[in-house]
Amino acid sequence: MAVGALDVGDDAGGSEAETAVHRLGRQVFDGVAEIGDVSLFSLRTLGWILRRRPRWSVLLPIFYAIGVQSVSVVAITGTFIGMVLAVQAYHEFESMGLATKMGSVINISLVKELGPVLAATMLAGRVGSSMAAELGTMRVTEQVDALTALGTDPIYYLAVPRFLACLLLIPLLTLMADFMGVIGGAGVCTQVMGVDSFAYWKHSRDFVEGLDILAGVLKSLFFGAAIALISCHRGFNSRAGAEGVGKAATEAFVFSFMAILFLDFVLGLAWNTMYRSLWPQTTGLL
Amino acid sequence: MSAGDAPAGGDLIEFRDVSIQFRRQKVLRGLNLTIRRGETLCVIGESGCGKTVLLKLIVGLLQPTTGKIYFEGEDVTRMDAKALVKLRLRFGFLFQMAALFDSLDVYDNVAFGLREHAVCGEDRVAKIVAERLQDVGLPPGLEHKKPAELSGGQRKRVGLARALALDPEVMLYDEPTTGLDPIMTDVVNELILQTQRGGHKTGIVVTHEMRTVTKVADRVVMFFPLARVGRGEPQVIYDGPPGGLEDAEDRRVRQFVRGEAGDRLRELAAQARAAGSP
Repeated sequence: MAVGALDVGDDAGGSEAETAVHRLGRQVFDGVAEIGDVSLFSLRTLGWILRRRPRWSVLLPIFYAIGVQSVSVVAITGTFIGMVLAVQAYHEFESMGLATKMGSVINISLVKELGPVLAATMLAGRVGSSMAAELGTMRVTEQVDALTALGTDPIYYLAVPRFLACLLLIPLLTLMADFMGVIGGAGVCTQVMGVDSFAYWKHSRDFVEGLDILAGVLKSLFFGAAIALISCHRGFNSRAGAEGVGKAATEAFVFSFMAILFLDFVLGLAWNTMYRSLWPQTTGLL
Repeated sequence: MSAGDAPAGGDLIEFRDVSIQFRRQKVLRGLNLTIRRGETLCVIGESGCGKTVLLKLIVGLLQPTTGKIYFEGEDVTRMDAKALVKLRLRFGFLFQMAALFDSLDVYDNVAFGLREHAVCGEDRVAKIVAERLQDVGLPPGLEHKKPAELSGGQRKRVGLARALALDPEVMLYDEPTTGLDPIMTDVVNELILQTQRGGHKTGIVVTHEMRTVTKVADRVVMFFPLARVGRGEPQVIYDGPPGGLEDAEDRRVRQFVRGEAGDRLRELAAQARAAGSP
């Protein structure tokens, strides 16, 4: 969070014509500075978590807003994703005589990939933008300055509870998305498409392992941390006015979504590498 | 800091050759200013001349680009995070729009500092909050209202109660009467006077309002925006008692005090023409 003034030397206000090279240089400089700023912000947030836990009266309302109020939206979207997967996959599998195997495909896709990514995307959309807008408004209305003037670090009071809520509650939301997706997929397959229920669940059980569910839940921890840090950082660095706050909210979602997909790729690679080194005979695609 | 660098005996705060700029915009240049213990200093001047920046520099909410700021001989610009927290607890800050925390009600806003710094138990917190709300003339029953439900004057008074909750030694007021009607302006001025005289506090009041100046100030300094100050000319164009403003030597001071546009409208038109010309 940059609050200091910048020294650009005595030529401030000079009117030297700006070329494309100047602009490129400034963009590279700004990009590097931004990465450094996010890194410092993250380190300060983690530092506060280790030093002092926020009061329960501060934590609980934020846990409620981020976790409990996200349950319905995550459950509904999770259910529909499972149902859509079933509808899209049924005819292909049925033509090959593999309709009873759909449970394994739908459920493995949900617990390893779609559940965590979907829960994280919903969290970024519903909570990330809202956090950025709230903190951005607090910044432009001097509430962040007021906190500092009252001797309280805004990162400790505002960012740490939101970080903890996202980090600790996203695994539960992921499990909720997984569960509802599994139910939605099974409902469509067995009740609408007429797939044999016993065979559907048997194949699912044979193919999906506890480790697959764990892989998805572990990924979600990284997603939750990224959403909280990016959204709070955007909020703290919001520019003045309604446009500035709106931009911060949009950037919070866009950057969080990009981070989710990037982390999904990197963690998938890392998990597969680890899985193959531990169990060389099996395939463990994340 | 060596003993020779420290400000003199009765001086509480000293700005020594302080400059600050935001990206390409210089706001303060080579500012030298001393604030004495126990006085109420009013800082006046046109918008954008750096009055609010001055307040934020004192409590380390902003860092100067160059120069030093001393509080009781300690260099604020070199303080670590812990020392800054200790320093800030000795100040009360009334922000321009009160800056009440939206998510908390009036009671929790006033109690915020007491709880965060574990100054006392909840019973004592309740007593202090009730006293402070009474001091600023807020009727009972407002404690559980959210800031959005309050009028502008009520917000300012809650902001003042919050700033006073930790019984600070120095009060910083950032445009305390902006946006208030004449009656409420006078109420807030009375409260400032009461706080300063009754509590024997040092105060710095940033304002545009001449009624506030005449009512509360022991001393007045007037800033001029850097864009309108010649090279080498000091930014502080008046430093003296409020009674001397009307007869100040500098024409710009007299114009500001009397609220006369003077040549300003012609200057603005010339600037607009210059900016629009190719």
